[in-house]
Amino acid sequence: MQKTGAQILVDSLLAEGVDTIFGYPGGVVLPIYDVLYDSEIRHILTRHEQGAAHAADGYARASGKPGVCLATSGPGATNLVTGIANAYMDSIPMVAITGQVATPLLGRDSFQEADITGITLPITKHNFLVKDPKDIARTVREAFYIATSGRPGPVLIDMPKDVSSDMAEHADPGPVQLPGYSVNQEPDPEQLARAVRAIEESERPVIYAGGGVVSGGAHGELLELAEMLLMPVATTLMGLGGFPGNHPLSVGMLGMHGSKYANYAINECDLLIGVGVRFDDRVTSKLEEFAPGAIIMHIDIDPAEIGKNVGVDIPLVGDVRLTLRKMIERLKPRVASQWRDKIAVWKKEHPFEFVENGRIKPQEVIREICNVTKGNARITTEVGQHQMWAAQYYTFTRPRTFISSGGLGTMGFGFPAAIGVQVACSDETVIDIAGDGSIQMNIQELATAVHYNLPVKIAIMNNGFLGMVRQWQELFYNRRYSYTELDNPDFVKLAEAYGAVGIRVTKKSEVRPALEEAMAVAKPVVLDFPIEREENVYPMVPPGEPIHKMLG
Amino acid sequence: MLRHTLAVLVENSPGVLARVAGLFSRRGYNIDSLAVGRTESPDVSRMTIVVDGDERVLEQVTKQLHKLVDVIKINDITVDEYVDRELVLIKVNADPAQRGEVMQIADVFRARIVDLGRRTLTLECTGNDGKINAFEESLRPYGIKELVRTGKIAMLRGTKYTGYQDNGTKEEI
Repeated sequence: MQKTGAQILVDSLLAEGVDTIFGYPGGVVLPIYDVLYDSEIRHILTRHEQGAAHAADGYARASGKPGVCLATSGPGATNLVTGIANAYMDSIPMVAITGQVATPLLGRDSFQEADITGITLPITKHNFLVKDPKDIARTVREAFYIATSGRPGPVLIDMPKDVSSDMAEHADPGPVQLPGYSVNQEPDPEQLARAVRAIEESERPVIYAGGGVVSGGAHGELLELAEMLLMPVATTLMGLGGFPGNHPLSVGMLGMHGSKYANYAINECDLLIGVGVRFDDRVTSKLEEFAPGAIIMHIDIDPAEIGKNVGVDIPLVGDVRLTLRKMIERLKPRVASQWRDKIAVWKKEHPFEFVENGRIKPQEVIREICNVTKGNARITTEVGQHQMWAAQYYTFTRPRTFISSGGLGTMGFGFPAAIGVQVACSDETVIDIAGDGSIQMNIQELATAVHYNLPVKIAIMNNGFLGMVRQWQELFYNRRYSYTELDNPDFVKLAEAYGAVGIRVTKKSEVRPALEEAMAVAKPVVLDFPIEREENVYPMVPPGEPIHKMLG
Repeated sequence: MLRHTLAVLVENSPGVLARVAGLFSRRGYNIDSLAVGRTESPDVSRMTIVVDGDERVLEQVTKQLHKLVDVIKINDITVDEYVDRELVLIKVNADPAQRGEVMQIADVFRARIVDLGRRTLTLECTGNDGKINAFEESLRPYGIKELVRTGKIAMLRGTKYTGYQDNGTKEEI
């Protein structure tokens, strides 16, 4: 049957199970928007394309399904770039669709033309410029397959206007055939045997679990393996929730702002089992002194991650869940472990600490958020001090409940991501823990949250500073606060101007009632917490130091 | 620092060269030369990439190249027996008085004269990069006006081959 390219596109998206698109219209995507007008796909109109990309990202992180965003050519497409890069760094499945000027106008610097496939080459897993409506169905299928299989990532499809409006036959493209693309599922049996032997021989093993545990759905296997061998588990920022934070074997987050006991454990372990991690510099700090006495084992679906940053003794390339399952089948349980007991002592001796002085402390606010929600909310964050406090003081027990920009560190991510999370999880409480700097990077999305009645809560840790940058200036630049102090708007009035609810908390005693009030309102709420202005995030590994040498 | 020769089979689709070249530049790998052309199959192109780096760099180059969806197969043929060729075109000053000398040099290197100007000769020469370098050096005293090299192409000797077999997987030797 003959259809327009836009109709083929939307039908192909439906065939991939897409129920929601986050987007923003413009000239060359009008054929697509015209089809969407009658479609059963829910379209969420954000107020900025960056918001659409982050919302699609949040939707994907919460639901495990690929997020889809749509923008017009030129500035619409370039506004997606930060969101695409963010998804790329954190391996989030996303399909970004951009309009493009009509094919006869390509390459002529036409109105609203940008070479978006060229621009996004380094920040997509793959991208396509569709030049013929006959290719749309196959391209969509390949895009979703690439985005969601193996190590997930964003894929971009660029659709020239004439390709969307011209007619073509819509035939089912059949199974994906990509000779240059293959996914390693099964770990090598010999390496697996070595891994099992190394675990059996180890006395002080530590698991270092990352985002791959969450995206690979391997949290159940991770818990089983850790309990079976009484192995302590440290998680990265991306791995939070991949292992229950309240479990006796959990040592919390490791790295620059990780727990002391996690970093001590890494420093003294004799076997480090990296599971779905990439040995990021925020974790390892000084590479030469990272886990100095340990045999390094690394499980990852992406072979290129093995040996990228650290030398690996036992590589296991394969699906994380499948690999852990095979290890569990081959190992015998342990009944006692002095190592676990030693870590339990460290845990008692070096808890996360802050000074209580009667003023509102961000750490306490976050702890209260955890108490009020009983740890059951979906938390998103922006980027900065509040993000690290959220990672330290909220206890995450389930995967996909902590949603944060890890690799790219994108200020402005948390709120639009929360919108995507709320769309994916309409019955759940979604809270964006924000800083006063970050929230202003995409605050226009309040209009989106209000329009679609998405009852996202925003808790602003308001210290009138770009807090993390100020902390670095304090510690490493002689307190010269160069352009980090902010004159903020009245966030309560701002919320009200958008039609949301605004609550200002001025005293410590008001923190909990304010949170309870916010949870009870079925509307977007902005909570303004004026916190101690020069509070620091501790512990902190200063840049260039080994991770057991922490400040604070 | 070792120089490696990679035989890379890629899909013959637009943008592949940009993907490969971009990967090298943004990850800080050093390309010595890169030559591309189509193969016996019209859907498949072959790149011969010469890259500088130790084993660790090479491993990462190979793995990162594999991640590109358009890259079908990569072989590091450095340690195998292979034949390699490069083509150079050199336009050199050659007044009528010097022409004989230049033509003698061309003879020694089994180069061919492909164009003749009033004061210049244009020569073509093929060979491995050692021979091409020597040829270039021999002509330099006469004044090279223009020079272009294709970059190296290479193929394994004997029955071994690095061609594309349609079994749906990427392979390495």
